[in-house]
Amino acid sequence: MAQKKFVVGCFDDEKVLFPAVKQVRTAGYKIQDVYTPFPVHGLDHALGMRETSLHTAGFIYGITGTTTAISCISWIFTKDWPLNIGGKPHFALPAWIPIIFELTVLFAAVGMVMTFLWLCQMAPGVKKHHFHKRATNDLFVMVIECTEKTNAEDLKALLAANGAVETDIQVAEDGWWFGTYDNDNEVLYKQVAH
Amino acid sequence: MASIKEQFEIPGKLKTWAYALMGIGGAALLYGMVTKGFSKDEHEQVHFWGTLMYNTIFWTLVTNAAMFFLCFSTMAQAAWIQSFRRIAEAISTLVPVFGAITFAVLLYVVLGHKHHIYHWLDAEAVAKDPILRGKTGFLNPTFFIIWTTLAIVLWSYFGYRMRQISREADENPMDKETATKFNIRSMTRSGFFLVWFGLTVASTVPWLWLMSIDAHWYSTMYSWYTFASSFVAGMALIALWVIYVKNKGYLELTNQEHIHDIAKFMFAFSIFWTYLWFSQYMLIWYANIPEETVYFKHRVQGPYKPIFFLNLVINFLAPLIILMKRSAKRNFTLVAFMAVLILFGHWIDFYQMVMGSLMKEHVTLGWLDFGILGFFVGVLILMVARSLASKPLIAKNHPFLKESIIHQV
Repeated sequence: MAQKKFVVGCFDDEKVLFPAVKQVRTAGYKIQDVYTPFPVHGLDHALGMRETSLHTAGFIYGITGTTTAISCISWIFTKDWPLNIGGKPHFALPAWIPIIFELTVLFAAVGMVMTFLWLCQMAPGVKKHHFHKRATNDLFVMVIECTEKTNAEDLKALLAANGAVETDIQVAEDGWWFGTYDNDNEVLYKQVAH
Repeated sequence: MASIKEQFEIPGKLKTWAYALMGIGGAALLYGMVTKGFSKDEHEQVHFWGTLMYNTIFWTLVTNAAMFFLCFSTMAQAAWIQSFRRIAEAISTLVPVFGAITFAVLLYVVLGHKHHIYHWLDAEAVAKDPILRGKTGFLNPTFFIIWTTLAIVLWSYFGYRMRQISREADENPMDKETATKFNIRSMTRSGFFLVWFGLTVASTVPWLWLMSIDAHWYSTMYSWYTFASSFVAGMALIALWVIYVKNKGYLELTNQEHIHDIAKFMFAFSIFWTYLWFSQYMLIWYANIPEETVYFKHRVQGPYKPIFFLNLVINFLAPLIILMKRSAKRNFTLVAFMAVLILFGHWIDFYQMVMGSLMKEHVTLGWLDFGILGFFVGVLILMVARSLASKPLIAKNHPFLKESIIHQV
């Protein structure tokens, strides 16, 4: 929860965005993120982002589900409450496979969704700063966090030279917060006024 | 694209291997045919013809799976296959060849009245047997022969039409209008194949050719199971050829992105196969009705037990564990290894499906099986290589080719 200074560059074309990303990175700046209206193929590679570990987490959740199912069901049916079902052995593995499978899928699916929401800092009521309203419409918004060494004006010039249609310096909340946006009332009021 | 090598030249080593396999395998096949196939002993006869049957049916269905892959990809307008589609096409040219062998073998079995293989051929037994009598509308020699002929001829014909239309993409660049028409025509042709494939491989043909060996027994999972088996083996075969041809310095436009997707098919359909394997097994295990469990009796508790569970290890556990990681699916060596393993595994699967019912007392896996397998592999290598060499390796004016080149997973 801290106010930080960002340089924001907006691009209106993927073809301009990709070389710009490359130029900004070669110039030594670290791009925090690029907000796009739709998933852009290969952008994560261009940004040099680490591959997600979500699938490893998914594997671990899945294995947890498998183990939970096997241990619960085998304890219940062989130790806790053995029942004779159609003369089958108490340890009736084939009959358990569907349940083991379902629990594996359930754990993996729910766990991965939760992890995804956690990683993206998304939840009902959780708010984050929007660098540009049009990032959800038709602009690719590149955000670079300023360090002590960064000359924001130089960076703005660099972005503009690489085809940014709009550049901006913003001081904004870095993390997420719970509650409302400052301009919420304004937005609501405007909608009502219409 | 100036540096693309369009013309495949068959490496000498490959030819040597193909001829060696065909020679040794052919010798085993002939020796087996003389000593067993035409011997007086019916047990020996069943051994030979059963072994030949599962081999030829396996390879027919596996090569046909390559055409199925092309057709459903065309139907889905999947562009990524275009850079290596000629490999799948070359594999599918084997359908008429293996189909003819299958047809000859099945014709011999049915007309030669081999009722130890197909019990429903025995008219006296059928007359006394209410269950088999009820099946005579489907299990009779006339229908068997007509349907088998239709199946093999139409697979070959629709496959031929698909390969022909692909050749149109070799000649001239297409403008937008021609490309749209070409696309619609390709989809129409693949539709014919797919419908016929559904009526045959995914339903009737496994019932007729394989399931009717156990004439009293039936399983609604059987055809899907057979289809899954042959399809995953077909994908493995495509992977193997793509990697081989690529390693020889061709297929410059095919890279690990494409291999990744092929390996995904191998991974996914291995699990699909297991799903069917298990569904068939569990329902029969749970219901525990004698006329159903008879199929699994000698497989799970009899002499076929090791093969039955080896089948599950090779075809389920190995692909699940080894091919799960993204990096494994992008590793050419590992994918090639898994492709060989999966092909072998499903060959074993077909072995236990057929011989497990014909030779209930003991496992017959031996020189005859591997000899005949060698013969088929030899024919496959030689004919696929020849087919690859006979036309350009890349359909260079295909409207979807560019999408395939930039394919990214």
